[in-house]
Amino acid sequence: MTFAAVGHGTLAAAAPQGFLSPTGVEIAFVLVGLVTLGAAVVTVTTRQLVHAALWLVVALGGLAVEYLLLTAEFIAWVQVLIYVGSVVVLLLFGLMLTRAPIGRSPDADSGNRPVALAVALAAAAALVWVVVDAFRTQWIDLDKPQGTTDVTGSILFRHWVLPFEALSVLLLAALVGAIVLSRRNAARSESPGPPRAADSDKEQR
Amino acid sequence: MTTTTLAVLVPLLPFLGAVAGLLLGRTVPGLARPLAVLPALTSLVLAAVVAARQGGDGAVDAATQLTPTGSVPVELALHIDGFAALVAVLVGVVASCVQIYSTAYLRDDPRYPSYAALVSLFTSAMLLVVYSGDLMVLLVGWEIMGICSYFLVGHYWETPEARAASLKAFLVTKLGDVPFLIGLFALAVDADSFRITKILATVANGGLDHPTLIALLLLAGVAGKSAQFPLHSWLPDAMAGPTPVSALIHAATMVAAGVYFIARLLPVFAASAAALVVLAVMAAVTMAGSALAALAQDDIKRVLAYSTIGQLGYMTGALAVGDRGAAVFHLLSHGAFKALLFLAAGVIIHAAGTNSLAAMSRMKDLRARVPDAYWTMTVALLALAAIPPFSGFFSKEAVLGAAEHTATGHAESAPATAGWIVLVAGLVTALLTAAYAARLWLLAFYGRGAEAPDHGRQPVAMTAVLWVLAVPSLAFGVTVGALPDWFDGHKLAPTLTTSVLGTGLALVGALVTYGAWRHTTALAARVPIGAVAAHPDADAGQVEAEAIATHAPAYGDVASAPDPADPGRLLLGPLHRHAAVGFHLDAVYAALFVRPVQAGARLVRFLDREVVDTYVRGAGTAPRWLGAAVRRAQTGNVQTYLSALLAGTVVLAVAAVLVATAGA
Amino acid sequence: MHLAYPAVLAVLLFCVGLYGVLARRNAILVLMSVELMLNAVNLNLVAFDVWLRDALHAGQALTLFTIAIAAAEIGIGLAIVLAVYRNRGTSAVDDLRDTAERPDDGGGGGGDSEGAAAEPDQPDRPAEGKASQKAEATA
Repeated sequence: MTFAAVGHGTLAAAAPQGFLSPTGVEIAFVLVGLVTLGAAVVTVTTRQLVHAALWLVVALGGLAVEYLLLTAEFIAWVQVLIYVGSVVVLLLFGLMLTRAPIGRSPDADSGNRPVALAVALAAAAALVWVVVDAFRTQWIDLDKPQGTTDVTGSILFRHWVLPFEALSVLLLAALVGAIVLSRRNAARSESPGPPRAADSDKEQR
Repeated sequence: MTTTTLAVLVPLLPFLGAVAGLLLGRTVPGLARPLAVLPALTSLVLAAVVAARQGGDGAVDAATQLTPTGSVPVELALHIDGFAALVAVLVGVVASCVQIYSTAYLRDDPRYPSYAALVSLFTSAMLLVVYSGDLMVLLVGWEIMGICSYFLVGHYWETPEARAASLKAFLVTKLGDVPFLIGLFALAVDADSFRITKILATVANGGLDHPTLIALLLLAGVAGKSAQFPLHSWLPDAMAGPTPVSALIHAATMVAAGVYFIARLLPVFAASAAALVVLAVMAAVTMAGSALAALAQDDIKRVLAYSTIGQLGYMTGALAVGDRGAAVFHLLSHGAFKALLFLAAGVIIHAAGTNSLAAMSRMKDLRARVPDAYWTMTVALLALAAIPPFSGFFSKEAVLGAAEHTATGHAESAPATAGWIVLVAGLVTALLTAAYAARLWLLAFYGRGAEAPDHGRQPVAMTAVLWVLAVPSLAFGVTVGALPDWFDGHKLAPTLTTSVLGTGLALVGALVTYGAWRHTTALAARVPIGAVAAHPDADAGQVEAEAIATHAPAYGDVASAPDPADPGRLLLGPLHRHAAVGFHLDAVYAALFVRPVQAGARLVRFLDREVVDTYVRGAGTAPRWLGAAVRRAQTGNVQTYLSALLAGTVVLAVAAVLVATAGA
Repeated sequence: MHLAYPAVLAVLLFCVGLYGVLARRNAILVLMSVELMLNAVNLNLVAFDVWLRDALHAGQALTLFTIAIAAAEIGIGLAIVLAVYRNRGTSAVDDLRDTAERPDDGGGGGGDSEGAAAEPDQPDRPAEGKASQKAEATA
């Protein structure tokens, strides 16, 4: 397939390995992957909202481990810092500020669930088929680490410095946007929401 | 000035007067009357000068072509021979009288300015017809007269009768004008010109390919315009217009246009014996039928209208026997005395407050109230009944003489059959004409019963005109010796046989009517009848409008009244019922044309509403249902939208992959 | 290591996130599902970067950018959810149906009401910030 052609061209050491004789890294990857996937599934299916957030931590943490297994250590630590450290905490704040029920809530899923399931399964089937069909013979050589912090840092501030600065502008814009959106309109007083909710978001950021 | 310049001015002046009247009449009311009367009078003088200069000699011809107009040229052409010169004088006289009369008759009418302007425009159009040497230009005047007639008949448009009558007059004359136009084109194609002189030259050379067809087509237009059977039925109804309009249009000029047209193109008709016989039959039926109908009418103006139709029948009869001199002679004398009759009738209606003869016959001393009308009308009725020495006698005897001449086989141009038809019908009509003239005179002036209402003297403008018109009615006959010089040269003097026959029959008719009247008048006192206008002191026009509007409610019909004291009822016997409604011609038309057209209209409406609209509604309903179905998808739930979007994406992606795989 | 392992894991995570986005009622849970989908993409980026031995490390750099953008997105998204919650008292996604055509206008099939159906949507709502209504659709 077309995807595979790219790999063939650039990767000389594409020695086909059998799936039935996995290496240790593969075993670890699959096991952590299963945990990650399970946590993700629980995240989207549990009826307890706070549990969902906590299972999300497990899933994101599992992904961080996967990054490590793929020798991208800097990404892994960033993942842990930002996702597990701030995003999930932010989500928990959000849940609390919107007075999400503690315990099982019977209406956590909308009526769209069967359709969602069908669409998701169809998408999964199609994508898995395509991906497996394309990459089943490709081999990742993990002997030489690809993502050490040293290399990543130098590359980031040498080649990617301009997008990096643009990204900071984006973050500033997001910050301002969040403030504007969550500021309570002075003329409106009937709002039932909790006071000064948005400020905590920004502190977390 | 040359004769040609004068002749151009004759139709032009009333036209300018009409334009000025329409523009200024409303803003400067004081100008309306001078603008109406002065152009008419000037035209009369100029027409008289033109006639004097022409003098019955060779025709004055002038033509100018403004612009090329395709295969057959249309030229602004004058053709003034003896006929044109004299008829123009008649038009000028009658138009002037009518304009003067109208100033008093419609004294208080707010629409007088437009009325006077339309009369001026009408006069101009008639003079154009008379003088024109080109058939297309003639047609312009012909059609302008039609539309003016429509407006003037509908002058009292507040009354439903006037509205219906104006529409009827327009439609019926148009019905004739369509074949007329086709006939003109056919004639022009054969002769390769619209010029009358060239057409006549072509006819003389025998260059006409389809003389019968052309003559019959033209005849249809003439029948419409000149109110000949079977297109005459608009004329009695047109009496819903003001009396001066009836006098001008429906007695002296417009209806004469058809006769005049045939007189101009007589060689075309004479080229076809069949056309002449058709013309003779048409004239005979018209004459006899209209005379019978006149005997049964109750509205004084409808009596005169039917008598007009009958006299026009005489003229077409004269043309059918190939003597246009006699026809135009009768046209001239009839124009004078019929205008007088109508104008006098207007005075009587104003004085009596009603247009019903039945009501007048129950008024004592009406003649003492309107002595001018009484005497002049007597003169005019005598002329109508063709009693010597009045003008009608000479002209009618000229017609009968021509018919006898042809019937006995002395004429070279017309078939003897036509002569016999016209002669017999003319003699019968002479009897009937005298009868209805006597009936009108006796009922109107010799009523018995209550005193006639006294509204004081009639305006001078109205009565003076009557005496002016009485002169030609009385004395036009003396010109009988000079007229042939102006016309074709045929002798017009009465012959002994027809004179004795015609006058004798007329006397018989008058005497029989008198006897019947003596017999029935006793009944009049026993059956009170009458309706008088509510505003007897208003101007004559308003009185007449009210009289017309109240006739049908008061007597049950616009045409007749249930009056047992009517001598016409005794004379006609069982025929009276049919004659009163014009021998059911309108009913026949209704059955033949109106109802099929209405049925067709209903069918078309049904098709439109039920068939065509079904498709239209269907075209609207299907998208609406589709929209309703699509609208159900608009739940507002973002997740639903997103699900559909992603499902579609998956399907597309799979399809793309499949296509790529199959391609590889 | 086979490339198929991280690729398939990414696909499955993505589809789980997809399911969550489509099936969850609470807006914050929807946001969590979005995070899952983003992380699936990140995993792909990292895996292919390693596989391709990219000299510029484009995959890892883009992963970092994605993480930063995800953080910004979660901030904005939560601000919107909070604004909606303050205005509506709910953060359930399927309760926010202002863009739907209500059954009383136009549903009856009157042929002449189509033109007017779109108009009266906004004015007879209780006085609320229009901006937040628009924003909640994008959340």
